[in-house]
Amino acid sequence: MKNLFIFSVLLFSVWVLLNASIDKSILIVGGFLSIILSLLFSKNRSIFSSIKISPKSFLYFFLYIFVLLIEVIKANFDVARRVIMPTIPINPGVVEVKTKLKSPVARLILANSITLTPGTLTVDIKDETLLVHWIDVKSTDLEKTTKYIAASFEKYLEVIYG
Amino acid sequence: MHILHISGAITLLAGSIFLVLGALGVVRMPDPFNRIQAGTKATTLGTILVMSGLGMLHPSWLPKLFILIFFIVITNPISSHVLARVMHNLQVPLWSKKDQLSEEEE
Repeated sequence: MKNLFIFSVLLFSVWVLLNASIDKSILIVGGFLSIILSLLFSKNRSIFSSIKISPKSFLYFFLYIFVLLIEVIKANFDVARRVIMPTIPINPGVVEVKTKLKSPVARLILANSITLTPGTLTVDIKDETLLVHWIDVKSTDLEKTTKYIAASFEKYLEVIYG
Repeated sequence: MHILHISGAITLLAGSIFLVLGALGVVRMPDPFNRIQAGTKATTLGTILVMSGLGMLHPSWLPKLFILIFFIVITNPISSHVLARVMHNLQVPLWSKKDQLSEEEE
């Protein structure tokens, strides 16, 4: 049920944005189509079923997007600085990061966020361990890398996905 | 109207500067992993800035540009992750300062 609801809301918002108008006929057709499509396809997917719907998770969702945006901007200036400097200041290596998140979708979002943050690139996920390529390795200790790379996102994702 | 025009142009310029830096990073970095790093990050913000600059110049395009930004933010990390995973599985060697020094000594 929750699956169906989120899926149809998502389809409907993409439809409205693509049409770029809130004409009555367009809204009716879009709502009809998104409900039918989500009914057809919501049986064997559980992508959205691990999301908690509550005011708190809604608030944390926007906080998360805000934090991610700041991290993306920081990442860009960081990479730009490394590229411009004559002696490319990098010390790359592959480190392991452990995650507390259970839901596969939450892990996917965490991996994507790690890729977008300064100097880190997710290479592989095996169960709870993420292999991360780090452009400037500061420590190879598991706890320290987890705290440095993943903790700032896990805080928010833990609330959104139980 | 005028202010929107100027700020849109400035945003477009900033975005293209980031895209140029990303391309420069792909050329300058020593090994494939670091090239992906430069290629992913600089292009993400570069494309977002170019899209928002276009949105300021043509406000009627904003909704579609918003969808484009959404899909770029979702798909860009995934493509670089797949490339990195393949290289990891093929055991492409990592670049390190030690390697470079030993090559110079030879």
